[in-house]
Amino acid sequence: MKNNKLTVAITGMNAKPDNPGPGLAVSRCLTESADFTGRIIGLSYDALDPGLYLKEYCETGYLLPYPSSGDDTFLKRLTAIHEKEHIDIFIPCLDAELPSIIRLNPVLNEMGIKTFLPTAEQFRLRNKDKLVELSEMAGINCPRIEPITNSKFFYECQNDNWSYPLVVKGLFYDAIVAHNPAQATEAFNDIAAEWGFPVLVQEFVKGEEYNLAALGDGKGNMIGAVMMKKMALTDKGKAWAGVTVLDNKLFQASSNLIRAIKWRGPLEVEVLKDATGNYNLLEINPRFPAWIYLSQGVKRNLPAALIKLALNEEPEEYVKLEPGIMFIRYAEEVIVPISQFENLIVNGIND
Amino acid sequence: MASIEDSEALFHRLALSESGFVFDPVSGQSFTVNETGIELLRLFQQVSDIQEIMKILLETYAAQPNELERDINDFVSSLSELMN
Repeated sequence: MKNNKLTVAITGMNAKPDNPGPGLAVSRCLTESADFTGRIIGLSYDALDPGLYLKEYCETGYLLPYPSSGDDTFLKRLTAIHEKEHIDIFIPCLDAELPSIIRLNPVLNEMGIKTFLPTAEQFRLRNKDKLVELSEMAGINCPRIEPITNSKFFYECQNDNWSYPLVVKGLFYDAIVAHNPAQATEAFNDIAAEWGFPVLVQEFVKGEEYNLAALGDGKGNMIGAVMMKKMALTDKGKAWAGVTVLDNKLFQASSNLIRAIKWRGPLEVEVLKDATGNYNLLEINPRFPAWIYLSQGVKRNLPAALIKLALNEEPEEYVKLEPGIMFIRYAEEVIVPISQFENLIVNGIND
Repeated sequence: MASIEDSEALFHRLALSESGFVFDPVSGQSFTVNETGIELLRLFQQVSDIQEIMKILLETYAAQPNELERDINDFVSSLSELMN
């Protein structure tokens, strides 16, 4: 059924080349879906997010207050946007905003805004400091991980069988490989300043990165898995190019995870295959990845499936995943009259 | 060291192109081989018995059996390592 009249709000319209948000790719998937002829509005935290100005993917753009400003402030702004736009479906695409949006989900439902999100408990279970438990459920390894709040750790950790290099990670974003205590301390300070505490320390494993994007239906089933091997990385370790693969181990591990916690919503499973062919669980991201346009590239349009699930409809049967389909990311400029930028800065809208 | 028998499943899954381009749909690895390499991979996809493969190759190439067997084993090991 064509969803002609839907208004879909999408966050994560940022697109810095070394670490783009998923919002534009989600919007691009919907725009190219044969089932979707609704309208998309983009929600962002920064007036320089290019997605807010790309009319082919975002009819109207709005600025949101940062989640750190509190649920009430966030809800007030979203309510004002909803009164104007009548949002039918809301697809949040950034890790840091999800706790707040999951808390607000009952209110959003009452307002008539549908979502397809994990529960607070499911979200907590995939926290980076819970990965060891999750990897056991998935039946794969997990590099040792520890939350820390003091950089003294880096000068004493070798007494506790840690060795360099190790990876310093933020609770939501960022991962920096440190080769000595001084580098680790610098990474710790940078990450703590940007993302707060705790900072996570993870054992470094050398290998190749494989990712899986899918939807959990909330009943334990995995829908529309797309798997890819990263072929090139940005300086921040994000995929710059990738190729679809048919990896049964990754498929099974992800399927086990989704079944174990009855995951509801989009997710990305990141694993690293080491030199001996063993899989190591690196992260589980509770949202679509920035490379989700590859799902449309292999005719498994996951954002379009999310719309159906949010509407309590059955997603269509997918074609078999085709291996050997690549994506190569590129950067380009959008030309913006200063008046549009002004409107976003002053009024929080680009219409 | 990986043997042809051990690597049979791996060879069967490879996508081979006339150009010498090879793609492994499971690991996502791609690489190129020369004409002899493609011929060998095609042969590995059709025949899994090393003696049978040796017999076919010795009919085509002027090589010593020991030398040929060593070259085949080296090729199989390199491929297995590359594709994990």
